[in-house]
Amino acid sequence: MKIAVASGKGGTGKTTVATNLAQVAARNGRSVTYVDCDVEEPNGHIFLKPEITRSERVTSLIPQADEARCSLCGECGEICRYSAIACVGTRVLVFPALCHACGGCRLVCPEDAIVEVPREIGLLETGRAGAVQFAQGVLNIGEAMSPRVIKAVKAAAPEAELVITDAPPGTSCPVIESIRGCDFVLLVTEPTPFGLNDLKLAVEMVRALEVPFGVLINRADVGDRAVHSYCHSERIRILVEIPDDRRIAEAYSRGELICEALPEYAASFGELLQEVTQEATTVARI
Amino acid sequence: MRELVVISGKGGTGKTSMVASFAALADKCVVADADVDAADLHLILEPTIIHREEFSGGSRARILSGQCRACGKCEEICRFDAITHEGSGDGGANSAYCIDPIACEGCGVCAYFCPENAIEFGPVVNGELFVSETRYGPMVHARLGIAEENSGKLVSLVRTRAKAIALERKLDLVLIDGSPGIGCPVISSITGADHVLVVTEPTLSGLHDLRRVADLTRHFGIDTRICINKWDLNEHLSSEIEAQALQRGLRLAGKVRYDRAVTKAQMHAQAVVEHGGGAADDVRDLWRNLRDIGDGNGIGL
Repeated sequence: MKIAVASGKGGTGKTTVATNLAQVAARNGRSVTYVDCDVEEPNGHIFLKPEITRSERVTSLIPQADEARCSLCGECGEICRYSAIACVGTRVLVFPALCHACGGCRLVCPEDAIVEVPREIGLLETGRAGAVQFAQGVLNIGEAMSPRVIKAVKAAAPEAELVITDAPPGTSCPVIESIRGCDFVLLVTEPTPFGLNDLKLAVEMVRALEVPFGVLINRADVGDRAVHSYCHSERIRILVEIPDDRRIAEAYSRGELICEALPEYAASFGELLQEVTQEATTVARI
Repeated sequence: MRELVVISGKGGTGKTSMVASFAALADKCVVADADVDAADLHLILEPTIIHREEFSGGSRARILSGQCRACGKCEEICRFDAITHEGSGDGGANSAYCIDPIACEGCGVCAYFCPENAIEFGPVVNGELFVSETRYGPMVHARLGIAEENSGKLVSLVRTRAKAIALERKLDLVLIDGSPGIGCPVISSITGADHVLVVTEPTLSGLHDLRRVADLTRHFGIDTRICINKWDLNEHLSSEIEAQALQRGLRLAGKVRYDRAVTKAQMHAQAVVEHGGGAADDVRDLWRNLRDIGDGNGIGL
């Protein structure tokens, strides 16, 4: 079973929820993997403190032209939709950061003068945090193509009965890549105008992907009831509400798991885990 | 005219609240919301849209089923697993190919190599850009379509429009609300900008993400200042962040205390400085530090 934790707005508590769910599941004796797909700013390791046992490079292919063979026909530059390769004067220039690795230039080259070579864009790390299996992707600084690293970390994540994916914020390609193939998405929000606006966007996104989902309201007592009314009118289930407790914020600031720093919340995460598991299985049966 | 981009690495540290206050405090500026993925600034600045335009950030392929002979070439060459087939997939009459529009990266390679010319390939509209008026002056914002790509291109377009308005109306500042992370939209929002303000918070996650985003601005050689929001949530970590910022040569522009008035202001569609309170005072000091040229440390707005 694959559960993704996502949100339109950043900083609503995705990582808190995902890491605590993983920890509680492991405590209950379930086989669980936590996958950090927020490869631009991965934070799950701060809370789970895994021992990394394997680390490998994530690469993307970029073209390289063999100047001896190249006839400077310019077809590579014409087929490229990303302006990543161009025939300029007597040379073929490649702009690696713009390349999407579609392979079009190599296929189109009539002289067979293009080869593709790997270029590192990030890291993939796997390990264990106690009974939780751990995987994270880390995008290299200055690289734009986070979806590629996300794809790699998802593919390399150790198999388990329960896989919990920590998605990046937003609603565009990195998020889509993270939640693709998941059985259920847990959308974390807060009851504020920003939280509601971004929740609506996230709901549109998961509906477009046709993945079943539910909502968790964090800091449930800080704002108003607009998120509740919205969920009610859209027939979206609110699975759990977490109160605005300064002790949670403080434990979070120190990199502590809430279910350990404040054991009274362990039960809430246990219930949430049960709810999510049930929702995901019910939907799978339908 | 200068561009000041407010980013954070980590999401939810208070970028948008900060930008709304800066918009209220700055005399002559154009505000640009570059968080096209999950834009929120309009909820505070309540813009009146005076101009809108469609944004096309890429192309997409579509198989014309009448012409497709199910040879399978497209599926074989697609690098994005966007093409799937039903049936045997060997050219038999029962085969049908289709393209998943969400997985399609718009490279056009399938259309180029299709022996039957059975793949239509062309630009798609995947967002909308708005030019508006607010109570604090002009604003440029946008909305990327759900599950769309090319947020970077849309961010560049938002910045281009905002700069054009600043030049036209002789405004000195383009104030840009960025997005979380360090990837494509963030790179587009800071490339070539004059100044970056990183809004961080005193949490281990905030510190971790600040380091990465500071590495990014250094990579692009952009003047970077930081501010610690909700600094009193963990005073020890706040000092640690200040010390690390100093070591990296990042200037501390200010610290803003934790104040529930920040959320209350948001509930009333107000900037924090319009609402008042302790955090509002801190934001005013922060803005003064940012713009003050007297000590040679300001950005001279």
